[in-house]
Amino acid sequence: MLLRHTTDKVKERKALTVNPAKTCQPVGAMYAALGIHGCLPHSHGSQGCCSYHRSTLTRHYKEPVMAATSSFTEGSSVFGGQSNLLQGIGNIFSIYDPDIIAVHSTCLSETIGDDLGQIVAKARTDGKVPEGKHVIQAATPSYVGSHVTGYANMLEGIVKYFATNTDKLINQINLLAGWIEPSDMKELKRILSLMGVNSVLLPDTSDVLDTPMTGKYTMYPKGGTTIPEMVSMGDSLYSVGLGEWGTQKAAIALDNQCKVKFSIEDLPIGLKATDRFIQTLSKVGSVSVPESINDERGKLVDAITDMHQYLYGKRVALWGDPDQLIPLTEFLVDMDMKPVYIVSGTPGKSFDKRMKAILGDRVPEAKFKNGAAADMHLMHQWIKEESVDLLIGNTYGKYISRDENIPFVRMGFPIIDRIGHSYFSTMGYMGGLRILEKMLAVIMDYQDANCPEESFELTM
Amino acid sequence: MRKVAIYGKGGIGKSTTTQNTVAGLVEAGKNVMVVGCDPKADSTRLLLGGLAQKTVLDTLREEGEDVELEDIVRPGFSGVRCVESGGPEPGVGCAGRGIITSINLLEQLGAWDEKFSIDYTFYDVLGDVVCGGFAMPIREGKAEEIYIVVSGEMMAMYAANNICKGIKKYAEAGGVRLGGLICNSRKVDNESAMIEELARQLGTQMIHFVPRDNMVQRAEINRKTVIDYEPDHNQANEYRTLAEAIDKNEMFVIPTPLEIEQLEKLLIDFGIAN
Repeated sequence: MLLRHTTDKVKERKALTVNPAKTCQPVGAMYAALGIHGCLPHSHGSQGCCSYHRSTLTRHYKEPVMAATSSFTEGSSVFGGQSNLLQGIGNIFSIYDPDIIAVHSTCLSETIGDDLGQIVAKARTDGKVPEGKHVIQAATPSYVGSHVTGYANMLEGIVKYFATNTDKLINQINLLAGWIEPSDMKELKRILSLMGVNSVLLPDTSDVLDTPMTGKYTMYPKGGTTIPEMVSMGDSLYSVGLGEWGTQKAAIALDNQCKVKFSIEDLPIGLKATDRFIQTLSKVGSVSVPESINDERGKLVDAITDMHQYLYGKRVALWGDPDQLIPLTEFLVDMDMKPVYIVSGTPGKSFDKRMKAILGDRVPEAKFKNGAAADMHLMHQWIKEESVDLLIGNTYGKYISRDENIPFVRMGFPIIDRIGHSYFSTMGYMGGLRILEKMLAVIMDYQDANCPEESFELTM
Repeated sequence: MRKVAIYGKGGIGKSTTTQNTVAGLVEAGKNVMVVGCDPKADSTRLLLGGLAQKTVLDTLREEGEDVELEDIVRPGFSGVRCVESGGPEPGVGCAGRGIITSINLLEQLGAWDEKFSIDYTFYDVLGDVVCGGFAMPIREGKAEEIYIVVSGEMMAMYAANNICKGIKKYAEAGGVRLGGLICNSRKVDNESAMIEELARQLGTQMIHFVPRDNMVQRAEINRKTVIDYEPDHNQANEYRTLAEAIDKNEMFVIPTPLEIEQLEKLLIDFGIAN
């Protein structure tokens, strides 16, 4: 019993978070930056920050994640980090030769008031940025928001720097991806090509954080959105942001800067959210939905119907990031499951509203909370009050799963004790099947292991 | 909209001068917002008729992130929109970060939305540009013109020169410019001529010489600007002139800060060091 001290008495807490359901802003900024081709993320702060963010990403993606740091010392904290960053930018271009350096700040550099915009501008006027090379930046203090906020800030920084409106419309749409796996990025591109919609996907971490072993190390893998693609986003017909938390800022920036209109959709997780995504693509791309997509949808509906008896009424606890949790909760409710406990460490007002709309009549007993006070400890206490049949969330749920003996499906960030997320997507109808398969596997394994002998079934 | 930041040595009269000038602009029909960037939160006292205002950071601390714009922007004299950043009590925390946080929050909440049709924003900033936080109001996209309140006293001139160093750093990367020196007289010998010379050497102008008058103190004790308290007094006209000079100002420069020797020589040449 690793969490044996957790009690079932939920008490109002004001200034204490135990086992938060979120991580640092720069982790998100670094991940977003890795989704553009030839980019080296740079952490403007102390070395420890950079090491932590790199290792968090490495543990999840099982790939080496490279990033540079301004290596703050006591002196930099007092006098500001400008000279470190200027020298760093010079060194990085001459030694590691990326096309783009994506600088994000840290708690320390934010607190002492370093102005990244001013320092980067100085680097340009000082000639530290070679011709044809780029430095972009995003402010990412971790005491605001969460890793998702950092992701959104960097995405906004990328768009602001590159997207250019030349008044010549290009027949393509911008697809801004919220924080999803490389496998999910690949799946989105597959769906877009089936639909026949020209698009730029930003960011695109496929072929960056899921690379094959070739025997040769490349610092900048072949994947990632390219510079010409990012520049062209300013001339696109329309932008679709997938996930309010991850993409809204970038979508607004594109609209303000280049007058590209946008809509924000949910990540296509589960049946209804994917339906909406496909409809949006069909509308903005002026294409009809091909038979192949309809077939995929039919397969998902078929599997849900076949397996309904194992899912009906199952109580589920889930945690993670709002952009995932909202469509996932909707998917569970649509299959007559009962998502009863939901927490996310990422703040944002519309979480409550969306959850109420999805759960209100269907699962009136559901408890949900987001923001700094919504942590894994609260989740565990709720489960102690009344248990659930299934847990869905990142690796940090394994303590609860073990202590309470509850089947557990890993989804979200980070997953640092299993593989698969980099290769098998949870987006779209096929991704829905994957989620279904994973849930059924643990629910049925649990039943096989724990049911009385007389109810042990061969065929399920 | 013009965005103006007022800097100057501590105690030189930045807040008093700012509020009196703002009163002049408002009287001339301008729509003005004042953002106090001082943990003491006394930058809008004369416009609000007291220190009644709850600061941005107090509100943030007490109510979490669900802050509404109406909670922190209060209407003052003739409809001036008043905001106080606030900050930690003396000796704890980080006041500079507080200013960064509160200006970011104001932007997020749309304090500068077009619907408010604001003509002027004044940032009244504590003392020197001592750290990154106190430079927040002059970062890219925020205040575009700066006025330094100064007097003929050596330390005030020294501080003005230091502030110019900060402005130069940001001006070279962005759009911020120095609009001029406001001399708030301390009745030092040759004061006007000396500040004009300092302005010339810094590459700027003395935009107005505000004479010393006890009426300012009298209005202040009554929690009012001079224009509000005694509109017909000569001092009220001085602030009206200053407001008009700022409104008509077209001289915006990147300052050329002086070496300390140059500054000392200036003082010797004008006789007060003797």
